[in-house]
Amino acid sequence: MTETADLKTTPLHALHISLGARMVPFAGYDMPVQYPAGVLKEHLQTRASAGLFDVSHMGQVIVRARSGNNEDAALALESLVPVDVLAVKPGRQRYALFTNEAGGILDDLMIVNMGDHFYIVVNAACKEADLAHMQAKLSATCDVTAHFDRGLLALQGPKAEAALARLAPEVAEMKFMDARALTILGAACVVSRTGYSGEDGYEISVPAEKTTEIAEALLAMDEVEPIGLGARDSLRLEAGLCLYGNDIDTTTTPVEAALEWAMQKARRTGGAREGGFPGAKIILAQLDGGASRRRVGLKAGGKAPVRGHSKLFADAEGKTLIGEVTSGGFGPSVEGPVAMGYLPMAYAAIGTVVYAEVRGKFLPMTVAALPFITPTYKR
Amino acid sequence: MLKFTEEHEWLKLEGDVATVGITQHAAEQLGDLVFVELPEEGSTFEKNAEAATVESVKAASDVYCPLAGEVVEINQAIVDDPSLVNSDPQGAGWFFKLKLANVADIEGLLDEAAYKDLIA
Repeated sequence: MTETADLKTTPLHALHISLGARMVPFAGYDMPVQYPAGVLKEHLQTRASAGLFDVSHMGQVIVRARSGNNEDAALALESLVPVDVLAVKPGRQRYALFTNEAGGILDDLMIVNMGDHFYIVVNAACKEADLAHMQAKLSATCDVTAHFDRGLLALQGPKAEAALARLAPEVAEMKFMDARALTILGAACVVSRTGYSGEDGYEISVPAEKTTEIAEALLAMDEVEPIGLGARDSLRLEAGLCLYGNDIDTTTTPVEAALEWAMQKARRTGGAREGGFPGAKIILAQLDGGASRRRVGLKAGGKAPVRGHSKLFADAEGKTLIGEVTSGGFGPSVEGPVAMGYLPMAYAAIGTVVYAEVRGKFLPMTVAALPFITPTYKR
Repeated sequence: MLKFTEEHEWLKLEGDVATVGITQHAAEQLGDLVFVELPEEGSTFEKNAEAATVESVKAASDVYCPLAGEVVEINQAIVDDPSLVNSDPQGAGWFFKLKLANVADIEGLLDEAAYKDLIA
């Protein structure tokens, strides 16, 4: 058995055990990698109906301007991210990146404008560092408070709306990247129409003591099944979404990571609030002049999955090393191997064939458009 | 004669050829398989050498050659449809047939009762 004595648990830990989950250590937490249905069926369940994920290990943080003016919190956050936070209207959210002075990525996160404060969700493995970073850099004007004890549920899939609307009818009116404070089964929740699967769906921030009750209410519905971290990974990979620590980290810039879409005009060269975030000089130069390498999608011709850290070569003999796979596996909805990795610009065009080393063989892979599936976000 | 290994393979001996597969327990632990790579017919292996690879959505795992010998036949059906290993691991989901270098070696493996104790 896995040593679990030092692992933290989420409010749903006992529920996972009772559902027969296989538990694994992840980012310091004892988390369900799969339930008895298994990764393949859980993945397909989420794409066909709805899946419930426990993502309570992620870090929830509130940033509130001491002036009482939420625009001051937006401007303070802009000192840490290359994102137009000021343009995020109340009830809306935006994807963002904490950058460092070298232009690398410290973490990726969601920034939600709740009207009188910003609600932020960061990755589990980075949350203590992110909290310290925000407290160090924002405390002159803002109160930064961790809410790491709160539960966080993700309900994803084409039937997520129908399921959640039974508990909170207002969610049906929400559009992709909308966020609202709602009462669910008597609990004060924050619901955002977002996720990490490529499907329509919601993330629901819940007081710890109500997390199990709300999760059980959703799981009691015919459309909803519990989904573990295994399928969460295959779903996000098919959706072309980055996993921090694999596809992006301090050695990759947002431009290399093909995340230009996350950096709006106001923060770019010539924008109203050009630069002003860590690593701006490097990142703006890459936005203007390009980077030397790029994150791309990769599809294999054969059936063998190509996993993360597989080396990529220009030739079928493995002579010229040009890059590495950062995430890869079998895509149950694609029904074949899918991967992402970094390649020099000369090899990054869609349709380019490169060769991945798998158990001593060099398997052809074709650079492919991301995502691998068609997302069903409700825009 | 049916024998088992601590690495969760089974062997069914007929004459000097053993049919080799992975156990029900191993198939359950691996989850739904999406890819199987088998050795070439005619290849020879030492005991515990990596002979095959199986992959689930999540991960790749090696299947070891339980005894020294020569692969005389492989089960192409599980390459074409890896789910056979999950649905019938100790029947239609067999991996390969191994002509044992020394038939007496099989006596050193686990019998069914000992294997059941191992996974209990």
